[in-house]
Amino acid sequence: MSAKGMNRRQFLQSSSLAAGATVAATSGAAAQGMGLKALDDHSGRTLLKMTRDLYPHDTLADLYYMVVVEVLDAEAAGNDDTARLIKDGVAKLDGAMGVNFVDLSEGNRLAVLEAMESDPFFQKVRGTTVVALYNDPLVWRHFGYEGPSFEYGGYIDRGFDDLRWVGEPSADASPKAG
Amino acid sequence: MANYDLSDDSVVVVIGSGAGGGTLANELCQKGIKVVLLEAGKRYGENDFVNDEWDSFGQLSWLDKRTTSGTWRVAKDFAGLPAWICKTVGGSTVHWAGASLRFQEHEFKTRTVYGDVEGATLLDWPISLQDLEPYYDKAEDKMGTTRTHGIPGLPGNNNFKVMYTGAKRLGYKNVNTGRMSINSRARDGRPACQQIGFCFQGCKSGAKWSTLVTEIPAAEATGKLDLRTQAQALQIEHDADGKVSGVLYADKDGNRQLQKARVICVAGNSIETPRLLLNSASAQHPDGLANSSGQVGRNYMRHMTGSVYATFDKPVNMYRGTTMAGIITDESINDPARGFVGGYEMETLSLGLPFMAAFLDPGAWGRGFAEAMEGYDHMAGMWLVGEDMPQASNRITLHESETDQFGLPVPNVNFDDHANDIAMRNHAFKQGSAVYEAVGATNVYETPPYPSTHNLGTCRMSEKPQDGVCNKWGQTHELANLFISDGSQFTTGAAENPTLTIVTLAIRQADYIAEQMGQKSI
Repeated sequence: MSAKGMNRRQFLQSSSLAAGATVAATSGAAAQGMGLKALDDHSGRTLLKMTRDLYPHDTLADLYYMVVVEVLDAEAAGNDDTARLIKDGVAKLDGAMGVNFVDLSEGNRLAVLEAMESDPFFQKVRGTTVVALYNDPLVWRHFGYEGPSFEYGGYIDRGFDDLRWVGEPSADASPKAG
Repeated sequence: MANYDLSDDSVVVVIGSGAGGGTLANELCQKGIKVVLLEAGKRYGENDFVNDEWDSFGQLSWLDKRTTSGTWRVAKDFAGLPAWICKTVGGSTVHWAGASLRFQEHEFKTRTVYGDVEGATLLDWPISLQDLEPYYDKAEDKMGTTRTHGIPGLPGNNNFKVMYTGAKRLGYKNVNTGRMSINSRARDGRPACQQIGFCFQGCKSGAKWSTLVTEIPAAEATGKLDLRTQAQALQIEHDADGKVSGVLYADKDGNRQLQKARVICVAGNSIETPRLLLNSASAQHPDGLANSSGQVGRNYMRHMTGSVYATFDKPVNMYRGTTMAGIITDESINDPARGFVGGYEMETLSLGLPFMAAFLDPGAWGRGFAEAMEGYDHMAGMWLVGEDMPQASNRITLHESETDQFGLPVPNVNFDDHANDIAMRNHAFKQGSAVYEAVGATNVYETPPYPSTHNLGTCRMSEKPQDGVCNKWGQTHELANLFISDGSQFTTGAAENPTLTIVTLAIRQADYIAEQMGQKSI
């Protein structure tokens, strides 16, 4: 129903939780490696740098951050307002110190980002990154999160209580599984 | 399944199929009463639920537009999502974690016991623990609550082991895997828990009690239930002689239908319930139905909440197994010497990696946040949930200009923490941190409240009509055949997770409605 669809979009725009539903709908379609549809190459490289600065995990390859950039690109491709927000935002990043953002030192990049925290562009990129980056099953492995468990029979026989570096609770507090 | 005519004015219409509405509908059907159950969401089954936090959020959540105001942090972090509740058959019992605790005796008498707390609108419930005890007993039996009726507790998971060790080192006495309406043994057609995790995403095995799994199928088996899904209640209509007469709703195709009714029971959770009454204003009830006291929408409570997560040298993998089977109850007493009235529970909690990123410190970024996330599999976590003070200005109102897909004003949720809430949260953060520090935590994180899962008050029970919206049966003071059947009737919030008490009140209310119908009083 179109009325319902519009309402959902309004919700998505109004909440920082929002990005979740969007990402769930778009990240599956994102190709490996950056095949950008709406953004130019410079914007893509700038966003890649920015997303790494926002959530810096040094041992995660660029590939995982590219997934985030592709989510932003897909949104820009489908929404002129988002495309403009990103284009203007990249220009602001480049203009902040008169040197392109991608060429700034890490300290200077952080200073630029901190000064932009309340900017809708910053909010958009941060909100999208915090969802898209940590919602990637390939990234889950890096953090030791095992994802869905039902298809493997849950954890009843796969370590739900395998912690051995503290003592066992009393049987009264924690009865054996039935 | 029954199929009643829209013009059949002998039916009871129940609005909402969650803990209150779903239970009430079943209890009435068991007594042979005809029930039309209107549910705004779709019906899903165990095979439809997904072990994926964001996908499940999109599937189950109530995402219709809402606005927020006030100084609470949720208004800043999640401005468009004040509450994390469900729009689906089963309501938020699909999403709940299963913790099933009775309220304590003093929590029904807070005005008397806590005294006059400045800025709070405390009021004694018009009922006592003794009034509810026989119904609590029935509810626990129905729900299969562990550690009641001879049902063993659940086995503790890794997250519980860390909590237990710290609690004992700190000297806490009451720590165990809790009273949970999740089967530790197969019972009542539901299997034993497989320690899947993902309790919040709809239990895929059916080990967790919900109205979707238990009450609604039981009601359907009577042949008395007419369940209409994707049916959004818009307005309650009334006649000239002080009775409600029908519910206007939008059906799944968006067409407006008017279902006539003998009795109407509202159980849309504490935001939609008052919103529906306010949206039903008429010439005779200009401020909304059952609202000549001006109390509809006021005294919104959402529990004092917060979380503590901590990282350790060695792995925990807290996400494995039952999410909330672990509790310390020592702090749930009322001991004003701590600097606040009322108490709080400390319960195990875990989030998957996607939601941990969204909720650990909303809005945060940079190296500090990234390092915290790096500790994910070495992390243990607990939720802090306690009694918050009712305040007249914590309130659901109709938005002046924003409307929903049906053209009706959306609800605004205004909330400010009371000084007592802040003092309690501070104490709870310190105690929660101490539990983990006693086990050698390397880092401790104090996580602010999530969007509200416990939405209470807004149509509260009161002895006197001027103090609230409904009487001790949930029957509105003004309209004898209009009932409040969800957590909106709570006079005060208590420290405990509310679902067991909502179910208990619904069982009791069903007895009363049947009796009143039998006497032709309604």
